[in-house]
Amino acid sequence: MKKKRTYSKRSLREASQGYSFMAPTIFVLALFIIGPILYAFFLSFHKVQLLGTATYEFVGLSNFTNISDDSRALRALWNTFKYVIIVVPIQTLLALILAATLNAGLKGQSIFRIVYFLPTLTSSAVLTLIFMWMYNQNGLVNEILSIIGLPTYNWMGDPSVALIAIMIMNIWATAPFFMVIYLAALQNIPDSLYEAAELDGANAFKKFIYITVPNLRPVTSFVIIMGLIGTFQLFDQSFIFSGGSGGPDNSTLTVVLLIYQYAFKSLGTMGYAAAIAVMLSIVILGATLLQRKFSKEESLY
Amino acid sequence: MKKKLSIGKALLYGILVLYAVITLVPFIWAVSSSFKTLEEIVSGTINFIPRNFTLDNYKQIFLEQELFPRWLLNSLIIGVAGTSLNLLFNSMAGYALARLSFPGRKTLFIIILAVLMIPAQVTMIPNYLILRELGWLNSYQGMIVPAMINATFIFMMRQFFINFPKELEEAAEMDGLSRFGTFFKIVLPLAKPALAAQAIFVFMGFWNDFMRPLIILSDPSMFTLPLGLNTFKGQYISYWNYIMAASMVFTLPVLLLYGFFNRYFIKGISFTGGK
Repeated sequence: MKKKRTYSKRSLREASQGYSFMAPTIFVLALFIIGPILYAFFLSFHKVQLLGTATYEFVGLSNFTNISDDSRALRALWNTFKYVIIVVPIQTLLALILAATLNAGLKGQSIFRIVYFLPTLTSSAVLTLIFMWMYNQNGLVNEILSIIGLPTYNWMGDPSVALIAIMIMNIWATAPFFMVIYLAALQNIPDSLYEAAELDGANAFKKFIYITVPNLRPVTSFVIIMGLIGTFQLFDQSFIFSGGSGGPDNSTLTVVLLIYQYAFKSLGTMGYAAAIAVMLSIVILGATLLQRKFSKEESLY
Repeated sequence: MKKKLSIGKALLYGILVLYAVITLVPFIWAVSSSFKTLEEIVSGTINFIPRNFTLDNYKQIFLEQELFPRWLLNSLIIGVAGTSLNLLFNSMAGYALARLSFPGRKTLFIIILAVLMIPAQVTMIPNYLILRELGWLNSYQGMIVPAMINATFIFMMRQFFINFPKELEEAAEMDGLSRFGTFFKIVLPLAKPALAAQAIFVFMGFWNDFMRPLIILSDPSMFTLPLGLNTFKGQYISYWNYIMAASMVFTLPVLLLYGFFNRYFIKGISFTGGK
């Protein structure tokens, strides 16, 4: 009897310790994550006015139905879609090739690794500014293109190439991050698999296709999820590139930039912005869950 | 056979060197531009070594833009305070989730895992309104408090503490240390590698963040460096020598951090990569 009481006292104490250790986390989760998620749903059904105190007027589903009539929203969706479809496969493939090359056991590996990692360390603001300087009319990129006899472009001013300029920049900036993830996974593939393949007479290319790639499948699916999540959220680069406008001619307008503009740069459209944000989150969540379902690995987290 | 191997090797080196050049050129170009005079910048010639090497740009950004030091300071305050709080609170939460039993622990853990999947855009507008109600727009706490925990690193710390030997804590308890005493005096000091990996990533997150400060901070004297740089670009449209110098000042601290903590870095990434 006595023993049981001390036990329950102990567990009571442990529970109170548990809550005090968790207190800051619970506070932030409630006030800045869970609360806001519910609040976002609320906002998406309302017209929000922010003059002085915020006022809300219930408008039902009209924020959601308005999206399909909004040509800028459709343009932003299309731009984001193009961006995701082009950037994710290229950056994933590039990351895989770089990792496999780095992992081939050549000398100087660690130096290359440090060099490749520079873009990951640098902020998106700085990278965008560096590229804008290179994309200048008579900047480095055009100079190099004209030296090797290729056509030059008005990278930042021509609506038909501005988004491509951002794509190139971001593939360059994010591929090395995913390369490091691949690299860690490559080191976990048992050597015996390669040795067995060598006995069967497989060449380097065959080993890559039949051993490396299949063994990396769970990591690849992780890299693709992360890539999808990242590309759907493109904002900083578009914002800085276009000075916040999404121009020229809406060609660099992304969904998140549009959300930002509607929420903070025009009056009375905050609820509409919240509705687009909710839709975007559902798409991202859906992509994440789908990818998880398809990947054989139960859970990478 | 041997010859074939060396051709393969040459090809691999070729790929590595080519990509190293592709990675380095923008940085070298940026560094070199930051030491050039304006005439050389506008002349549009490609020379990676400045013809008239000058430190003026670095001097000018501090003199002409009197807010530049302030932006640097703001970034440092937010980055250092935010990182310290993250280290403390993420470790505490990870420890509780790994070691202490209390009602609701499982639910909390699932919520934290779910939060990992929620994109920031959905909470961006509500958070602005909440900070506005609190009067925390244009303040350090508005930047720090909502980001003083991080679900990824709570999860990482939980994994770390699950594998942490229990005997040490039991011994400490026998010696009469309280739970908090054990945590701060015994457990945390031994968690240094995990804390270092976390510190780098969290600090980089604060330091490089663009969207949150853009929304929360509108008073130029409260800007962090990324916002400041963006303003700078607007002010000195074709003064790329200034813009590049400011960019380099901004990048240096993270590069130094990377230099010192390189090995933890890789560890941190392979963790966020699901290891």
